[in-house]
Amino acid sequence: MHSEPAVQIAGLVKRYGTAFNNRVPAVDGLDLTVAHGAITAVLGPNGAGKTTTIETCEGYRRPDAGTVRVLGLDPVTQNAELRPRIGVMLQSGGVYAGARAVEMLRHTAKLHAHPLDVDALVERLGLGSCGRTTYRRLSGGQQQRLALAMAVVGRPELVFLDEPTAGLDPQARRATWELVRDLRRDGVTVIVTTHHMDEAEQLADHVAIVDRGKVIATGTPEELCRGGAEDALRFDGPPGLDLGPLLKELPEGATATETATGSYRVEATVDPQLLATVTGWCAASGILPERLAVQRRSLEDVFLDLTGRDLRS
Amino acid sequence: MTTTDYSPKPGAAPVGRMLLAQTAFETRMLLRNGEQLLLTVVIPTVLLVLFSAVDIVAVDGPGKRVDFLAPGLLALAVMSTAFTGQAIATGFERRYGVLKRLGASPLPRWALLTAKTGCVLVTEALQVALLTVIALALGWSPQGLATPLGALTVAALLVLGTAAFSGLGLLMAGTLKAEATLAAANLVFILLLLAGGVIVPLSKFPSAVQSALELLPIAALSDGLRSVLQTGAGVPWSDLGILGGWAVLGLAAAARFFRWE
Ligand SMILES: Nc1ncnc2c1ncn2[C@@H]1O[C@H](COP(=O)(O)OP(=O)(O)O)[C@@H](O)[C@H]1O
Ligand SMILES: [Mg+2]
Repeated sequence: MHSEPAVQIAGLVKRYGTAFNNRVPAVDGLDLTVAHGAITAVLGPNGAGKTTTIETCEGYRRPDAGTVRVLGLDPVTQNAELRPRIGVMLQSGGVYAGARAVEMLRHTAKLHAHPLDVDALVERLGLGSCGRTTYRRLSGGQQQRLALAMAVVGRPELVFLDEPTAGLDPQARRATWELVRDLRRDGVTVIVTTHHMDEAEQLADHVAIVDRGKVIATGTPEELCRGGAEDALRFDGPPGLDLGPLLKELPEGATATETATGSYRVEATVDPQLLATVTGWCAASGILPERLAVQRRSLEDVFLDLTGRDLRS
Repeated sequence: MTTTDYSPKPGAAPVGRMLLAQTAFETRMLLRNGEQLLLTVVIPTVLLVLFSAVDIVAVDGPGKRVDFLAPGLLALAVMSTAFTGQAIATGFERRYGVLKRLGASPLPRWALLTAKTGCVLVTEALQVALLTVIALALGWSPQGLATPLGALTVAALLVLGTAAFSGLGLLMAGTLKAEATLAAANLVFILLLLAGGVIVPLSKFPSAVQSALELLPIAALSDGLRSVLQTGAGVPWSDLGILGGWAVLGLAAAARFFRWE
């Protein structure tokens, strides 16, 4: 099938400005490999360098150092060859202010050899309700959906979506996720940037966490979140329980604490055995553990671990 | 609801089809824009009718007032579309990421610029037709069109004028902020309308000023059109030369300095 990855970035460096005003690089030695046919999320806080990275892949920016290959092509020198094969949704804009949604989509379709059926796409993304309203008067959500439709209408092999759900309500967000999953089902490679860890967790097959212009961790959401220390089991019970006997039954290195009055947290590698140990101890002590829950480490915790900062900060 | 098949089948449309589609789309956007229509259609028409009917400015040369005014307003029509209108529209397209987004589409850049030129030419054809009909109704008797050379000269003037104004308009749109382009393009339009020999003959200016103003593209275009259409004189080589110079300068500078984002 494919002899090389959909996107291969090695040691990418990109600075804005001139030599005289040599600021911190926006992208600073970034490595990323994107597999074909999967959804890859580039996750990171604002200013991390996500847009710069994506736009270098799209051929908008020339790397200051490092190499970028997209579908085996150099995005700058082989741009004409690359463009018909990719779909692009910019972080914002991209549409004539005076254009209506459906005519803009129809026009974009005309630039491609085998476009999708525009009417079906309009129905799918609910763009019919935009009617004769021109782009600048559409709601933010409608503008986002139009840009998304324009990115996929040409039946690309590879789609770049730069924060496609920013500012969307939960329902519209899920509709976008569904479309992205349909793209994967039909073999399209999707790269999506986001600063929402739940989006990366729920949508992506692979996640690359970017901070200050570098990829600081990469893997499937499960791989990234694995790593016992942060996994926890929590439950509510009578306040002031003596946790000493429980601790003796738990594996080496586990902790059990009363985090708030009547709220307990057991930190350990959460597996069925741990659950059995804790509930067994509860049963022996005559306690009904209420609101018993397994708490998984989230990507947010991963980011916090790696950088000491909150992803949302 | 039927499920759509998104399986990849990429490819650019044939370039001819892209060009036609882009030209048609840009023309539709332009004709929908009220301010653009005011600039390209309403203002030249109103000026033609008003100044032909009312003796506000003293005109120059042989024939009726409309014989002086019609060539000037044809020149104004070219400037309004190729320069002012194109600069403003393109400036906002750049500001709103339209040019950037098109840069990731299969449409080549040269095809986008060709489409923009096509849109300008279509609009100018409509303007010329409208102004001609109105001028004829006002009693215009254009000279110099009996020979193929005269008609060819008029066409050459219009084409070179379009090239010169397009280069300058795109230079402005591709370097300034959209708001600055809007303000500057409108200001230049008004200044050149008044001081470019469109409705006020350049002979009304002091002679030193006049010889400087004669070098303006709008002055060369209106003077060139007048020398054929009003006086039936031969080929206005110096006007053609001035327009050619502006076209080369403007287009070269635009190609060099235009920024797409
Ligand atoms: N056109 C630009 N000119 C100057 N600096 C820029 C430009 N675009 C981005 N930057 C800077 O580069 C850094 C990375 O930005 P960006 O790639 O947009 O990050 P993200 O998409 O992750 O928010 C930021 O510090 C931003 O301010
Ligand atoms: Mg961004």
